[in-house]
Amino acid sequence: MSSLAGTTTLLRLAWRRDRWVVSACVVALVATAYGSMAATRDLYPTDAAAAAGAAAMTDNASLTAMYGPLPALTTAGVGVLKTVMFGSLFSAFLAFAIVRRHTRTEEEEGRLELLAAGAVGRRAATASAVLLASLAVVATALLSALSLVATGVGVSGSLALGVVVVVAGLVMTGVTAVAVQLTSTTRGAGGIAVGVLGLAYVVRALADTSTGAVRQLAWLSFLGWAEKVSPFGENRFWLVLPALAATAALLLAADRLLQRRDLGAGLWAPRPGPATAHPRLASPRGLAWRLQRGSLLGWSVGYAVLGLVVGGVARSVDQIAQDPAVEDMLRRMSGGQGTLLDVFLGTELRFLAVGAGAYGVATALRLRSEESSGRAEALLATPVRRAQWLASHGVLAVAGSAWLMVVAGVTVGLSASAAGDVGVVQVVAAAVATVPAVLVCVGLALLLFGLVPHWSAAAWGALALFVMLGELGAILRLPQSVLGLSPFDHLGSLPGGDANVTGLLGLGVAAVATAAVGVLAFRRRDLA
Amino acid sequence: MAPVIEAAGLVKKFGSTTALDGLDLTVHEGEVHGFLGPNGSGKSTTIRILLGLLRADGGHVTLLGADPWRDAAELHRRLAYVPGDVVLWPNLTGGEVIDLLGRLRGGVDPGRRAQLLEAFELDPSKKCRSYSKGNRQKVALVAALSSDVPLLVLDEPTSGLDPLMEKVFQDELAQARVRGRTALLSSHILSEVERAADRVSIVRAGRIVDSGTLADLRHLTRSSVVATLSDPVTPGEAAQWPGVHSARHDHGQLALSVETSSVGHVLQRLGALGIETLTCQPPTLEELFLSQYADRPVDGGSSTDAAQEQVPA
Ligand SMILES: Nc1ncnc2c1ncn2[C@@H]1O[C@H](COP(=O)(O)OP(=O)(O)OP(=O)(O)O)[C@@H](O)[C@H]1O
Ligand SMILES: [Mg+2]
Repeated sequence: MSSLAGTTTLLRLAWRRDRWVVSACVVALVATAYGSMAATRDLYPTDAAAAAGAAAMTDNASLTAMYGPLPALTTAGVGVLKTVMFGSLFSAFLAFAIVRRHTRTEEEEGRLELLAAGAVGRRAATASAVLLASLAVVATALLSALSLVATGVGVSGSLALGVVVVVAGLVMTGVTAVAVQLTSTTRGAGGIAVGVLGLAYVVRALADTSTGAVRQLAWLSFLGWAEKVSPFGENRFWLVLPALAATAALLLAADRLLQRRDLGAGLWAPRPGPATAHPRLASPRGLAWRLQRGSLLGWSVGYAVLGLVVGGVARSVDQIAQDPAVEDMLRRMSGGQGTLLDVFLGTELRFLAVGAGAYGVATALRLRSEESSGRAEALLATPVRRAQWLASHGVLAVAGSAWLMVVAGVTVGLSASAAGDVGVVQVVAAAVATVPAVLVCVGLALLLFGLVPHWSAAAWGALALFVMLGELGAILRLPQSVLGLSPFDHLGSLPGGDANVTGLLGLGVAAVATAAVGVLAFRRRDLA
Repeated sequence: MAPVIEAAGLVKKFGSTTALDGLDLTVHEGEVHGFLGPNGSGKSTTIRILLGLLRADGGHVTLLGADPWRDAAELHRRLAYVPGDVVLWPNLTGGEVIDLLGRLRGGVDPGRRAQLLEAFELDPSKKCRSYSKGNRQKVALVAALSSDVPLLVLDEPTSGLDPLMEKVFQDELAQARVRGRTALLSSHILSEVERAADRVSIVRAGRIVDSGTLADLRHLTRSSVVATLSDPVTPGEAAQWPGVHSARHDHGQLALSVETSSVGHVLQRLGALGIETLTCQPPTLEELFLSQYADRPVDGGSSTDAAQEQVPA
């Protein structure tokens, strides 16, 4: 039997299981690309208007850190700026999710064994997952390129955006294919792959905002390659070549690892552990902590590093010429008040808050995976009360995400205050002030878990929607009533400006109410 | 004395499927109650309702005198559960899981734990992800058997165990019974139920089709009687005797299928005809269950490994 036997069958199976989610993701990204380009063309009908209106973007460290350098000072260049980084990250996440889901997750849950015993070769699962991910990436690339062409901008720049999407998505396909071989858990593989993606982002953010030789470090990051394609600017199509080479190398490495390990195992064999439990492992809380402490540690380290980077970038913000037009534009983009530095810090903290929201949602949704795997059944057949079990993970989600914002506030504050002008306390306060919005995300996850357990994962969709509204809502000129759906829209403008006290209180009430309904509903429903 | 488990008219629907359709179940204190039925007949669903994990759509159920849905947490102090499908935390060791579940139930007796680990030959320092299916099952068994509770709820507890370990489980269950514990034992392994259970209930399509001691249930089926007679009788004639369902010639012998309650009567008639050899075979448990599972009567004596009583002439 060929080791690839059954690949097409598995590919069809994977497509059948994922077609709606994958299609929705592809459409969302294509719509985003189209929407921001169309809206920018409305705003700046001519390149001259764009050059006048967006001149400040060219040497704005905060924008550069987040989105990379502006490809060109033209309408199309401004219109594609956010899509480059947004599309890279999105395409990378899509590839990551597809590859991991059809390889390690299947293997961990034992379903692959069922298939592997049939007429399915050893490489078939990985091959079909890689194929599906690549197809999704290429489809996203083609469709977003076409959608840009439809707005009337140049064809080569549009195709270059497609190359951006391909570069990020393909390399991440390879990265994930390797990561799933290394550990025997879905979670562990996710940690490695997302860690590499995060590193790639941080490296290019640091490089792009530095001067001299350090700038070249961006070439070490595949997100750096994606951004250097520079659609509507340099249009470096050839960058697809190193991406293809890197992907091929990663896939070869993944294949070598796959050949060397057993089904179900990782490269690192599990070590024996303690024969008796630590005294603290005696309650649902003890168990939840034991299960989730690794992830909290990882996130904390990541947030500390990100915080230091953001603070470091903030120091260079001050060096931007204090052009009133620049300040005005940044304010309009972020709704912030205070100095330019304050606006920058506020924007970055809001981003970190969305990340903390993601941590909170992931941590709360552990409830669902514990339930659907059947592990919750073993616990709830002991004297543990339902509310008590829910709280064991819920409290961790709440406290953990709040803790991450404290970590972010302290590291950003310390690192930015090295330049003077910034008070650590103000930055920490601004970071903490985002917590109510973060908790609304956790509350939403708990609400879904309690009311509609099979749809718990919709909490991720809600979070993605909040990001879209915050990033593109203003460009798309959505009405305030729609923008206000995102909890991150009610944070006021800290540091430097005023806190939106009623907004924060409202968020707090919403968080408590959603969580409470979730708990009540969970106590009344079947374990499913 | 109120029964430990009493369910009457339990109904449970999942969307359009009716998992339980008016199920009645009574388990008395101190008995091991076998719970049998084909796949998908509703055994695990019943057990989940008894544990308060699912809420019944209709009917009435009490467990140890309380409502399993309302008083779930209190009741769980007094029972231990082995799920049908044991899933453990992959990055915890077996020993950690045993301790955790034991502590949640109110404490672990280290002596008992060690004794069970030895009896089941389980290495508690391995990560759960690296256990085989049988070893995962053992973790759940050790956790349940090491707690000092009056009720054991066991959903296919020996699936995946090798025969040696199954024997260990049988011994532990027998000990538990001696100590006066009650057990509800769902199983597909009939010999296990035959050895361990005082009474059994058979469920099919969400209803109990039969309940009682094995002797009671046997009574309802047919035995096979094969005899060589010195004074032969035609099968047609023998088929007329009360309690005889069918009769035929088999290698010069008379083979009868007889209501188990009429065996004595038929033997008297055969005796009068001069018995040279006689085989009388009660229905095997397999046959008993096959008949109940499939809802069709099955004659005894079709299986070769059945218990045989050779009566010399
Ligand atoms: N959560 C659920 N959702 C939908 N249907 C369910 C659910 N749980 C059980 N069922 C259905 O209820 C019926 C009874 O299932 P149950 O698991 O109780 O059977 P069982 O007797 O334990 O079978 P087995 O011997 O295979 O373990 C089956 O038809 C099953 O498909
Ligand atoms: Mg079952």
